[in-house]
Amino acid sequence: MKIHEYQAREIFKRYGLSVPGHILCHTVDEVKEAMKNIDHLVVIKAQVLAGGRGKAGGVKLAKTKEAAVQAAEQILGMDIKGYTVEKVIVADAVDIEHEYYVGLVNDRNTKTVTLMVSAEGGVEIEEVAKNSPEKIHKISIDPQTGLLDFQARNIGMKLFGNIKLARQAAKIFRKLYQIYIETDSTLAEINPLVLTPSKELLAIDGKMNFDDNALFRHPEILALREVDEDEQKEIDAREKGLSYIRLNGNIGCMVNGAGLAMATMDMIKLYGGSPANFLDIGGSSNPRKVVDAMDILLSDKNVRAVMINIFGGITRGDDVARGLKEALKTIQTNIPIVVRLSGTNADEGLALLKETGLTTVSTMSEAAQKAIELSRQENQY
Amino acid sequence: MSILVNNNTKLIVQGITGRDGQFHAGRMSAYGTRVVGGTSPGKGGENIHGIPVFDSVEEAVQATGANASVIFVPAAYAADAILEASYAGIELVVAISEGVPVQDMIRVTPVLKQNGTKLIGPNCPGLITPGESLIGILPGMIFKKGNIGLMSRSGTLTYEVVNMLSKNDLGQSTVIGIGGDPIAGLYYLELLEMYENDPETEAIVLIGEIGGDAEEQAAAYISRHVSKPVVAFIAGQTAPPGKRMGHAGAIISSGSGTAEEKIKAFGKANVPVAKEPSEIPRLLKEKLKKTHI
Repeated sequence: MKIHEYQAREIFKRYGLSVPGHILCHTVDEVKEAMKNIDHLVVIKAQVLAGGRGKAGGVKLAKTKEAAVQAAEQILGMDIKGYTVEKVIVADAVDIEHEYYVGLVNDRNTKTVTLMVSAEGGVEIEEVAKNSPEKIHKISIDPQTGLLDFQARNIGMKLFGNIKLARQAAKIFRKLYQIYIETDSTLAEINPLVLTPSKELLAIDGKMNFDDNALFRHPEILALREVDEDEQKEIDAREKGLSYIRLNGNIGCMVNGAGLAMATMDMIKLYGGSPANFLDIGGSSNPRKVVDAMDILLSDKNVRAVMINIFGGITRGDDVARGLKEALKTIQTNIPIVVRLSGTNADEGLALLKETGLTTVSTMSEAAQKAIELSRQENQY
Repeated sequence: MSILVNNNTKLIVQGITGRDGQFHAGRMSAYGTRVVGGTSPGKGGENIHGIPVFDSVEEAVQATGANASVIFVPAAYAADAILEASYAGIELVVAISEGVPVQDMIRVTPVLKQNGTKLIGPNCPGLITPGESLIGILPGMIFKKGNIGLMSRSGTLTYEVVNMLSKNDLGQSTVIGIGGDPIAGLYYLELLEMYENDPETEAIVLIGEIGGDAEEQAAAYISRHVSKPVVAFIAGQTAPPGKRMGHAGAIISSGSGTAEEKIKAFGKANVPVAKEPSEIPRLLKEKLKKTHI
């Protein structure tokens, strides 16, 4: 789960990190109102759940009240990577001597939380990692001790070469680690961490992602969730025990198991088609799930054919077939459906489906090819 | 031989009184796995399908001499169950539970290392040495005893491939579902080493997917340390970046973890990558022919 910069700033502040002030605004009028009491430099920053806001023109420095309002007019309503900007923050601008990067992530290889810092702040860290990995300093944190003071200080020394600043930075690193652990984050970045001419360190931008599997123990984080239409569909699907991701193609897929679902999408592409979605119905053979899955699939108006790919392990093929028959009774559709069943009780399942007039096949490649062929037939409506 | 599990594996089922635990305890027993006990705090003294239930893993181990455990408890309690097994001296812990918070797994990892516990999972289907021992939720009837070692991040995709192997007379030594989470127990490198040292394994199938760089590391390890033929398959070539494809670990983030990079790495290591699962038996047979000349 992702949150906005302003929400990350608020979490940082709550934990005592130094963050310059900001005011959240949804309209140009709100920006005008906010500027009434401000007589210093501000930055107008788009709040969207996507990176690269600066490059897209979503971050603008304003020296006057008029400039601030003008910037807000430009930024509100702007499109950044498919997200429409619906809010901005009016953030206090600060004098910058240097920008640094500070980030925490889960490292799959060391199986630890890893702290990464770099003197190349303010740019996307992935680019630094690609072009000059030696400029990133890393440390794996032992979960049994947490980030120790000396470790934080030593890595601070690598950035600043100055014990006074290293001490100041160490406090920030340890605080960020505390936030990370206490909120079950999967990413916590301060980028940039700014050194001001008066030798103060300030977090002027923040990015946080959270572990979806841990949201059950963080209602306060869950309350920050904001979702668009597609994500809402994904969440609704999850509540029904389905895992759904919408894509841009026209062949709807229904599969049991995530790996097999990905392999099914790949197969459609391999044979020249384009998958409309990822949809994993999980391990259960409950007919209700199949009905729900069909509903979701057919709500996507781009879908021209449906490929159902089930490996009957513990989900028995005949149960899946019964579920499909029931689903088709409640859903009126002219969209052609290709069913491929294999594994446990597949023959019984296929026999049940023959009666319904569905196209049934026994291998994945046949299913993909058949679904592509049917999706290309004209006049099906 | 085989790896990790065999006829001597004595298994307990943690969470045996739950719906899944109960169901799969019965199925594993029916397959021939030596299921010697189960645990469910507060239900000690009962029995499920004739399998004795204990209040704690420690008691179960004392009473039965169990050396392996399989975990079916809800995700929020999975880390505790893994640690309980580890402290009770269980050597191999298999966590089926799906949705375990990543930080829980990070906290568990050093304790397992300190106690010398091997973990498979979480969010995995388990493992099987066909004809000897099945641990987890795998459908036993599709497996066939033989000499192919297989490891995979997926469940049903594994069954799909195993089914084809069995039908092509390519039986399996040990098949392992390592799970779909970003931070899990035994992974490719440890298992490649075990397969390489297992006299019963003649060739290895690696089924990977998008997310992380474990496949790239496996490819590098194979070129340096594995003499046996390896064939790979990578799922998720059409997955969009930034979206979790069902498995928590299957996500392309910041442009890394793509199928393309993984396929390229295997190419460099001279490991053929199947374009679709049905190609795997043929690629294996070709590789095996070459090594036998």
